[in-house]
Amino acid sequence: MKSRLLKEVSRAALAAAVMGAVLIPVCAGAQEAKPWEKIPTPPLHAFKPQQPKRIELKNGIVLFLQEDHELPFVNGSVLIPGGSRDEQTAKASLINIYGQTWRTSGTEKLSGDAMDDLLEAKAAHIETGGDVDSTALSWDSLKGDADQVYTLAMDLLFHPRFDAQKLELAKQQEATGIVRRNDDSGEIAGREAAKLVYGVNSPYTRQPELATVGAIALADLGAWHDRSLKGKLIVSVSGDFDPAAMEAKLRATFEPLPPVKPLPAHHEVFHDPTAGVYFINKEDVNQSNVEIMGLGTDRRNPDVPALAVMNNILGGGFGSRLFQKVRTELGLAYAVGGGYGYSYDHPGTFRVMVMTKSASTVDATAAALKELSSLTEQPFTDAELKRAKEDILNSFLFQYDTRAKVLAESERLEFYGYPADYLETYRAGIEKVTLADVTAAAKKYIHPDKLAVLVVGNGAEIKPGLEELKLGAVHPVDITIPQPAAPGEKK
Amino acid sequence: MQSRAFSRLWMCALAAAMAAMAARSALAQDLKSFEQKITTKVLPNGLTLLVCERPDAPVFSYNTFIDAGDVNDPDGASGLAHMFEHLAFKGTSEIGTNNYADEKVALEKVEKTNDAYEAEYLKPVGRDPKKLEELKKAFVGAQAEARKYVVPNEFTEVAERNGAHGLNASTGLDETMYFWSMPENRLELWAWLESGRLSDVVPREFYKERDVVMEERRMRTDSNPIGRLVEQFLATAYVAHNYGRSGVGWPSEVGQITATQAMEFHKKYYVGSNIVVAVVGDVKAAEVMPVLEKYFSKVPGGTKPEDMTTVEPKQFAEKSVIIREQTQPFYIEGYHRPNYRDADDAVYDAIQDIMSNGRVSRMYRSLVRDQQIAAEAQGFSPFPGDKYPSLFSFYAVPLPGHTPAEMREAIHKEIDKLKTTDVTDAELAMYKTRAKADLLRGLADNQGLANALAEYQTRYGDWRELFLQLDRVDKVTKDDIKRVANKVFVDSNRTSAEIVTEAPAANAKNGGAE
Repeated sequence: MKSRLLKEVSRAALAAAVMGAVLIPVCAGAQEAKPWEKIPTPPLHAFKPQQPKRIELKNGIVLFLQEDHELPFVNGSVLIPGGSRDEQTAKASLINIYGQTWRTSGTEKLSGDAMDDLLEAKAAHIETGGDVDSTALSWDSLKGDADQVYTLAMDLLFHPRFDAQKLELAKQQEATGIVRRNDDSGEIAGREAAKLVYGVNSPYTRQPELATVGAIALADLGAWHDRSLKGKLIVSVSGDFDPAAMEAKLRATFEPLPPVKPLPAHHEVFHDPTAGVYFINKEDVNQSNVEIMGLGTDRRNPDVPALAVMNNILGGGFGSRLFQKVRTELGLAYAVGGGYGYSYDHPGTFRVMVMTKSASTVDATAAALKELSSLTEQPFTDAELKRAKEDILNSFLFQYDTRAKVLAESERLEFYGYPADYLETYRAGIEKVTLADVTAAAKKYIHPDKLAVLVVGNGAEIKPGLEELKLGAVHPVDITIPQPAAPGEKK
Repeated sequence: MQSRAFSRLWMCALAAAMAAMAARSALAQDLKSFEQKITTKVLPNGLTLLVCERPDAPVFSYNTFIDAGDVNDPDGASGLAHMFEHLAFKGTSEIGTNNYADEKVALEKVEKTNDAYEAEYLKPVGRDPKKLEELKKAFVGAQAEARKYVVPNEFTEVAERNGAHGLNASTGLDETMYFWSMPENRLELWAWLESGRLSDVVPREFYKERDVVMEERRMRTDSNPIGRLVEQFLATAYVAHNYGRSGVGWPSEVGQITATQAMEFHKKYYVGSNIVVAVVGDVKAAEVMPVLEKYFSKVPGGTKPEDMTTVEPKQFAEKSVIIREQTQPFYIEGYHRPNYRDADDAVYDAIQDIMSNGRVSRMYRSLVRDQQIAAEAQGFSPFPGDKYPSLFSFYAVPLPGHTPAEMREAIHKEIDKLKTTDVTDAELAMYKTRAKADLLRGLADNQGLANALAEYQTRYGDWRELFLQLDRVDKVTKDDIKRVANKVFVDSNRTSAEIVTEAPAANAKNGGAE
């Protein structure tokens, strides 16, 4: 099943913007040049990434057109504001279920099943899905089928059916996910770590339960759909099409819509987690998942370039302090890494993770914590700064080396209300980061005493025990899956 | 640096689907246009270079494809190919060291002290604990001494600070692949780095890296319910062929692999005739071929190592594995099928597509939509490899309240339909259309293209097969599907594995770790 939600749109990955791609040469220091430093780096071929054409309609809807004639396909999407963070706690997972049921139900005229048959025979797709802050409809097909698939996609956008049987199917899928959510220790760790930062009832972490899934009714889906469609839609089309004809077609569809209504702004208050050690016992594993968690920031913070450089020094790639120490030198982990997170419109998490055999849980956790503390205690060196900046700047091209990435970045910036030249500004910011900037950022943002440490592992094998971390009492976390009350029973 | 055989099952399924996708074909004009973009050259050492010009953005991607994987691990050393892959990130005599001459001596001492320690450790009788402790101390001391000469992670650091993107490698049962993308003006630097690690690898920090690989095993297999199940499933399905052996390695074996063994593996399998290097991106063959030739000629020549000759004997009795644990239920079964060179290869792809691809697929419609007993149900093939006779497998994830036995019964009903009734014209046409479109879609990505071209060049001796397989796809008939289903999907050819959920012990503690 292809679920091509616009996940990419909201993912933290950056992309695209026009910029002169001048890469920094990696040059030798004062000593004798190493063999690889003698290899010439010619100037990079000139490159101007192709920006999509942006059209803002009078009603506030924004269209992006990105031509690309390499292959005979046309792809499109409508990004719609509002996602799981906007659903009611008592109906947690509404957006997931809506995202599935929207497509599987089909339109008033054509059932979802019939739509499947029609599209798959053409190797075409129309999909819908939900995310934390948005939902989306997307489509793709061979060029020859593009008109028909577009018509069908718009029918699904404006005349969805929402079928009771398909709702039931989506609920079953969701329930399966809930009863299975404690099978894999990595899944447990990721979920519970985020809860330690945002809180259990936060719009970013509240957990679907069998009861909240049960509470979702067909009417909820229709209501959500009608409400969210009034928002500022971002419509993107890319591929092998005639731009004038495509623009006319999109205008004809979207211009008649009423002026967009912005969603109410979010006003959550974010706190640091309650520092301490948290533990979840899992008897069937021989490796512990350790998550060291704090509150992060958002991308509007002017310190983000300095934080990006700091992150690279801490946990970015093979040359980072965490990798060098915990994996290469100590051999304590295969998976180790992390950094200070920043989301587009709310604080991300500060997360460092390490997976290590049960017996070395304390050693590996202590080693990771030490590297964290080293950010404020062990001065950054010129060599570290230079390495980190080269890492980021010389691979920056890969933020916008395909037209699809350039388009995705444009959509992302539009969605979160960032300036179109954000990526350029960000890059320039990285170039300017000095040793003093990174040092100041570390001092301002790294507070090891404010971090929560979560361990998911096999208690019987964790020797020495977690109290040896000397971070106070170990708090057990209960992850029992609540069973919904039977009819008539009071909970 | 992942062991491909041990990723989660649905990742395996995805990979299999992608392989099948790549295994199909495209339209004739695409082949023609690729003929003009692609240049190949076989060097005197036997190494094949392939350059594909795709000048969209000033970047390139590469794939170095070694025709050897964990299936080639010698007896008693499962996980060796993967262990070597990790070593290939540790640098050469020129990079990763501050004094190679002295380091070489120190590394020889590491091997000697390890041999002595292992010999004592493995003594069946009369092991002397005191002596063992001393030998261990000597081994640890020798490693610390050797580490003085190491510039840790210098190889990868130089790659990353020069813009390497998506730097990684993977070891499967059949092959080992190294890959990343880079700005095009770093092509010569890349050729120096890559040819260096193919020809001049140093067994640096080997024993620490072995600990890292043990952690990788714990993560992917031991501590993952599906990882545990799949390892047992394959070990049960095969009695003779190495496809049944743990790819990341059995703990006692991978835990005792030596650097000497890894270097022997390198010597045997990393010869030019066993390697294809594909480069795709903003490069001109006329300009870069001489550069590549200069560097990759350093790779040792030598005859292509013999393929494994063990053939899995015909299975004559159904086998099954039941894991009882506190994990939600799961069901998987597999049937032996021939390898990718079989005349019916495209027929297997057709069966996979019709049974599993999307909401129109038979298994989705039957188990998920209509019977409402499964959250997910698919067939996938070939698994766990394609170079040797492999398995056609099916799995299903039961909805709450449903059992593996129900999954099994429902899967068998769908299989029986394939055997007794023709698939529809619409189903067959859909398979052919999607096969073409999926291949076309894959052509727009430098890395994906480099991977596919290197793989096809290796497996068929000609990258054109990526496109030419269209013929085999087009020739698949309804009779073929019925015939193959009747041949392969028989009870005595089946191995199944399931997880049966066990209730937690009544007094299980939570929050222990005291």
